[in-house]
Amino acid sequence: MADINITVDGRKVTAAQGTLLIEACKSVGIEVPSFCYYPNLSLQGACRMCLVKVEKMPKLQTACTTVISEGMTVTTDSDEIRQARKSMVEMLLGNHPLDCPVCDAGGECELQDMTFSYGAAESKYMEPKNHKDEQQWSPVVYFDRPRCILCYRCVRVCGEAMDVWALGVQNRGVSSIIAPNQEDHLECEECGMCIDICPVGALTSGAYRYKTRPWEMKHVGTICTHCGDGCKTTLGVRRSDTGMEIVRGDNRDKSGINGDFLCIKGRYAFDFAHHDDRITQPLIRKDGRLTPSTWEEASALIGKRFADIRDHQGGQSIGVVGSNRTTNEESYLLQKFARIVLQTNNIDHHRTADFPAFAAGVTGKPESTASMRDVFNAPAMLLIGNNPSEQHPLLAWQIRNNVRLHRARLYVINSQEIKLRRQAANFVPIPEGTEGDVASFLAGDDSAIDTAGNETSDALKPLRDKLRSEQNLVIIFGSEIRGDDISSLVKFGSNIPGSKFICLGDYANSHGAADMGLYPNLLPGYHSISDIGIFHQERGGEIPQTPGLTLPEMVESAKADKLKAFYVVGANPVGRLGLDPFSFSQGFVVVQDMFLTQTAEIADVVLPAANAYEKAGTFTNTCGDLQLLKKAGEVNGTKPDFEMIVRIADAMGFDVRKLVPFGRGTRADMGQSRGAQAGEADRHAVWLEAHGLEPKMSPFDPMAILDEIQRLVPGYDVSRMDLQAGD
Amino acid sequence: MRFSEQFESRFAEMLTHYPTKRSVLVPTLLYAQDESGSLSDEVIKEIAGRLELTELEVRNVISYYSMLTTHPRGKYNVQVCTNIACLLRGADELFEHCEKKFGVKHKGTTADGLFSLEEVECIGACSWAPAVQVNYDFHENLTTEKLDNVLDEYRRK
Repeated sequence: MADINITVDGRKVTAAQGTLLIEACKSVGIEVPSFCYYPNLSLQGACRMCLVKVEKMPKLQTACTTVISEGMTVTTDSDEIRQARKSMVEMLLGNHPLDCPVCDAGGECELQDMTFSYGAAESKYMEPKNHKDEQQWSPVVYFDRPRCILCYRCVRVCGEAMDVWALGVQNRGVSSIIAPNQEDHLECEECGMCIDICPVGALTSGAYRYKTRPWEMKHVGTICTHCGDGCKTTLGVRRSDTGMEIVRGDNRDKSGINGDFLCIKGRYAFDFAHHDDRITQPLIRKDGRLTPSTWEEASALIGKRFADIRDHQGGQSIGVVGSNRTTNEESYLLQKFARIVLQTNNIDHHRTADFPAFAAGVTGKPESTASMRDVFNAPAMLLIGNNPSEQHPLLAWQIRNNVRLHRARLYVINSQEIKLRRQAANFVPIPEGTEGDVASFLAGDDSAIDTAGNETSDALKPLRDKLRSEQNLVIIFGSEIRGDDISSLVKFGSNIPGSKFICLGDYANSHGAADMGLYPNLLPGYHSISDIGIFHQERGGEIPQTPGLTLPEMVESAKADKLKAFYVVGANPVGRLGLDPFSFSQGFVVVQDMFLTQTAEIADVVLPAANAYEKAGTFTNTCGDLQLLKKAGEVNGTKPDFEMIVRIADAMGFDVRKLVPFGRGTRADMGQSRGAQAGEADRHAVWLEAHGLEPKMSPFDPMAILDEIQRLVPGYDVSRMDLQAGD
Repeated sequence: MRFSEQFESRFAEMLTHYPTKRSVLVPTLLYAQDESGSLSDEVIKEIAGRLELTELEVRNVISYYSMLTTHPRGKYNVQVCTNIACLLRGADELFEHCEKKFGVKHKGTTADGLFSLEEVECIGACSWAPAVQVNYDFHENLTTEKLDNVLDEYRRK
């Protein structure tokens, strides 16, 4: 589109045709205040804060609803405008309780900021303020009516952007109020978007209200640990008796791939960290009971038993289970530990999507995987299987808003009437379990869907023709499609110019666990066991050459009394697979977990693990986007899985330098030698961190092993700068 | 929920007038109210379903317009304009007269369910102020005596 030239406060500004005046001003750093305007939501023009003078227009204009036109001359600051803004703030404060000292939003409230910048110190209003008691609308949403300034952001974000439509406006003029859908309460997804977007403290969070003040917390932007989408959540933490307590999760830092979005999980689901049942001491089975012990005793015992079993019964009598919720570094380290220290390929995890088949399918096809950002910008999307509204909330948000804002075409093929069909240009229902057949059909095998009935094939044929005529299509498929069906789908997509794929898997780091080689037959990067050349160069020991046992095979082996040791990191196979707890009664079982799971209950040693909010490292989301975790919370007594694995290797007498390449020949001066310059050390460390140059002096530093991962695993060699910056 | 055939034919025709279904909401609500007297929960649910809107959205619109109501009114809705032209020509007396006569306040309904009283904004009859609207009919240049006659006539109907 053609560029338009305008003049703002004497400065020349050029912006694309169709740009709103408020955005054009923002692009050159001229602030025009507003409450109701919110990028990517429909225009409201309600708050009148953004009034500016446009030459030749009789009255002040709202910059948020004015589209720029050639030669427009605009003034954003004059006595008249200042007076107008002052009056607007005065009106907004007319019935506002000004209870900032007890308001959750105090300190991060847009009305406070605006009053500070543009408001008057006095008011002409003498009338008593109209008080209404606070209402609880849902377990997490509280509404304080007098604080509301009627910007309608909450109504719009809930309706347009979330497609929930649970909030509305009742009455009109001064009696307008925000109303929930069930008269006195809300029935909704409880995503909390309305609370986050509220510029004042009218909507507050039940999980956070009256707990602390914003400036008393440290805010750490890290990656949500609940699904495979990889949203950034900003955790507010403060000191507590047992470490650092997470007080709230929100989306203040809009720098993540999720932009404005965060769902109920990222926002509220952090309370598990401080649950009373959390294990905070190593437990060792003594006289049949798990008894609190020390790290030294536990490491020594595990090291001795693992080494004994390896040396006397062979590595193949040890089984290892990894996790979908540990970091890439931990998963990588775990399989490296299993293969070179324990001398076994018996390593597996709770598999979700068929990532190996997907990796095989797209090998040699560069640029064929889509990132979460691509979903927001693609001209067309095909979704087969899955229900993103529930399983992948961010993906659903990206799809919905791409349709709404960019008029993208969405094609949905699903066995259920999933909610995203409301955005679909074409929705084709198919019988349950035929997703794979549909993939074959799309690839050209017309007979594949014969069993699905005429109706389905009649609907799929025109859809396939339409898809073939698309370009830059993003093809998103659920874990219903596996194995050869994935290659069919990839084959179909490869004939569409610019098409990209997303393979959907549950859990925060399932993709990472798969990439890191938590498989008995696959090394990191899906290299087959027989293809170990490059790994030998990196490793301090030999890798056994025969593929190991899968998890079900390990269970059988344990029952047959062949598997003598079972090492479970962040997983609960006994509970999940409903195993007979006595399957492992003959072996030595070590479990690393936060809680006493069914698997931990049968263990000989249980080590208390930190969760993903309590450690650093990287996660790979379901699209393959690599992101940095930052340590936010802390529970005294727990340790990251990374450290535990290294400690066990050390206790087995293994040279941990061969496991974690830390401190190779560097003698970093951390400032200790600078004597009187107190504080210098801190400053130096801060500088190093900011430049991504951590000295990696500790064997427990996950960044030390990330170098190795980046060398060995295809797709992980991303710029450290981008990773640090969160790009 | 059943509406009259007349309503149904009007509704079907209106749908063809607008690009989106939701645009039909306001006239539909008016016609439905004319038929049912008020917009009950049942009516709201039905209309929301037909226009693919949430009930909340329908309620929001009803609450915005003073002529739409969710509470049943009397058979005759007496709407006394008290805006500037009518006010200068004695609207307040008319309104107070009605309050006394009916024994109800603004938005009240007489015990026999015959009359409802409402104080309304300008009804566009300034040239013949003071004016009162009863359901859809206008009565102009009123005095308390004239208004009594008008109301008696309704009572006799």
